[in-house]
Amino acid sequence: MKVFLSILLFLSCFTFATRTMAQYYDDPKNHDCLKCHSQQTYSFHNDMMDTEQKRLMNPYLIIDTIQLRNGVHHNFDCTDCHSYEYTTYPHTATLKLEPLSTCLDCHGGDESYAKYEFEKVQEEFQKSIHYKVYGDNFTCAKCHNQHYYAPAARNSSSVVEIVEYSNKMCLSCHNDMKRFSLVSGETKPTVVAIHDWLPNQELHFQHVRCIECHTVVVDSLMVSHNILSKENALRRCAECHSANSMLKASLYKYQNLQERAEDGSVLGMLSNENYVIGSHQIPALKILSLIIFFAALAGIIIHLTFRIIIKKK
Amino acid sequence: MSSENKIYFYPLWLRIWHGINALGIILLIITGISMNSGFEKSFISFKLIITVHNYAGVIVTLNYLVYLFGNLFTSNKKFYIVKPKNFLKRPMKQAYYYAWGMFHGMQAPYPLSEKRKFNPLQKYTYIAVMYLVVPMVIVSGIGLMFPELIFNKIYNISGVLITAVTHSAMGFFISIFLLIHLYIASIGKSPVDNFRSIINGWHHITKK
Ligand code: HEM
Repeated sequence: MKVFLSILLFLSCFTFATRTMAQYYDDPKNHDCLKCHSQQTYSFHNDMMDTEQKRLMNPYLIIDTIQLRNGVHHNFDCTDCHSYEYTTYPHTATLKLEPLSTCLDCHGGDESYAKYEFEKVQEEFQKSIHYKVYGDNFTCAKCHNQHYYAPAARNSSSVVEIVEYSNKMCLSCHNDMKRFSLVSGETKPTVVAIHDWLPNQELHFQHVRCIECHTVVVDSLMVSHNILSKENALRRCAECHSANSMLKASLYKYQNLQERAEDGSVLGMLSNENYVIGSHQIPALKILSLIIFFAALAGIIIHLTFRIIIKKK
Repeated sequence: MSSENKIYFYPLWLRIWHGINALGIILLIITGISMNSGFEKSFISFKLIITVHNYAGVIVTLNYLVYLFGNLFTSNKKFYIVKPKNFLKRPMKQAYYYAWGMFHGMQAPYPLSEKRKFNPLQKYTYIAVMYLVVPMVIVSGIGLMFPELIFNKIYNISGVLITAVTHSAMGFFISIFLLIHLYIASIGKSPVDNFRSIINGWHHITKK
C-alpha cells in the first residue's frame, strides 16, 4: 500500500510539474498571483485583526488571463520577471522600487531575436518625440504591454486587424485622460478634434494606422518607431492616394500583405480588403477599359471618315 | 424653313435637366479620372478634386430626380415605351442603317415624328443609361460618401472595394455613352443641328 501511495504521489508530482511547465496560467484561481490579480476582488487573512477580509482589486492591477495566454511571453511565470518576494502578502513596500527588466535586457544582442531588430527599434525610438520629451521614462511598455504583447503585424493577414491592434496602442494613451497625463502635462486628449480636417475620419481611423502619417518610414524596420512631432506629420492626401502611395512602403511592407498587394489579378485585388482610392487600380479592369475606350473612339473615327468621304462625293 | 418641319421635342424642364446633367457629368468624369489616376501631382489638389466631385455628384443626383419625376408626370414618358414586337430586330435595323445603310442611300428606317422622338437604338440606350447605369452610379456614390452604410464584407471581399469598383465601372460606361452620344448627335441635318435642338427645344425633321 505504501509503495502504491508513493508511486501515486510521485506520478502526481510529475504531472503537476509538466503541466506548470507548459502553462502557468491554466488555472488562474489556483495560481499564487492570479488568484487575486485576475479577479475583481481578493480575500486574505488579516493577521493583525485575525479576520478574513475581502477587498476590491485595483483595476490597473487586474490581469486579463486570456490575453496573457495568447501573448508572446506566456511561457514565463510572473516571478520570472517580478521579484519572488511578491509571493508573500501584503507585498513588501520596497518591491515597488525594484527595477524591472526592459525589453533589451533580454532581447538585445540575441541572435535568435535578430529578425525583430530590437537594437534598431531602440535607435529609431530614441529619435522619436516620445523619447525626446519623456526620455527613459517612456519605456517600451508604455505602448507594448509585456503581459499581452502579440506580434499582430507579423502574423495577421488582415489589414483591419493589424490597424486595430496598432491604433489601440496609440489610443490607449492619446484617448485616455489618465494614462495620457502620465507623460504629458495636458489633461485633455484631442485626437478627434485635431483630426477634424481629415475627410471620413472614422474610416481612416479604422483602416489606416496612426503611425502611417506620424512616423518616418525606415526600410529596414517593419514597424517604424520614430514617432514625429505633430507638426511633422503627413497631411497631404496625395501621399497615400497616389500611384506610389506611401502605404505601399509601410503597411504593405509586410510579407503577408505584400503578396496580395502585388497580385494584380482581379481575384487577388478583390480579396484585398484595403482599398485606397488612387493607389489601388485593378490592372485587368484598366486594360479592359482602355480597350473599350479606344474601340469606341476608333469606331467613331472610321464612321466619321466615311461620312466625310460620302459628303464630298 | 416652314414651321411644320420643326417639332418641339425638348420641353424647358428637360433642357434644364439636360444642361445641368451634361455639365455635372463632365465635371464628374474629369475629377473622377484624375482622382483614380494615381497621379501625385496634378494642377489642382486631390482635396479640391474630391470636393468638386462630391458637389457635382450631389447636384447630378438631385437633378436626376427632375428627370425621373419629369418622365413620370409629363407626356415625355411615351417616348421611352418599348414595344415587345421585334424587340431585337428594330435596334438591329437601326444599327445596320448607321453602319451601312446611311452610306448607301438608305432612308432612315425610323424617321422621327411627333410620336417618335428616338430611334429604337437610341431609346434602348437612353433607357439603359438613365434607368440602370446612372442609378447605380448614384447609389454606389452615396455609399462611398457615407462609407458606414456599406456592408463591411461580402464573403471575403471588402464592401468598399466592390462599391468603388461598381462606381468606377458605371462612371466609365457613362463616359463611353457620352462619347457615342455626342458623336451620334452630330449626325443630323447638319452636324450642329441636334445640339441646337437640345438648347432651344425645336427639332428639325425631314418630311417624306
Ligand atoms: C456635353 C454633353 C452633352 C451633349 C452636348 C448632349 C447632347 C444631346 C442632344 C443633342 C440631345 C438631343 C438629341 C437626342 O435626343 O439624341 C440629347 C438628348 C439626351 N441626352 Fe444628351 N448630351 C450631353 C450629355 C448627356 C449626358 C451626360 C447624359 C446622361 C448621362 C445625356 C442624356 C441624354 C438623354 C437621356 C437625352 C434624351 C432626352 C429626352 O429627350 O428625353 N446627355 N443630348
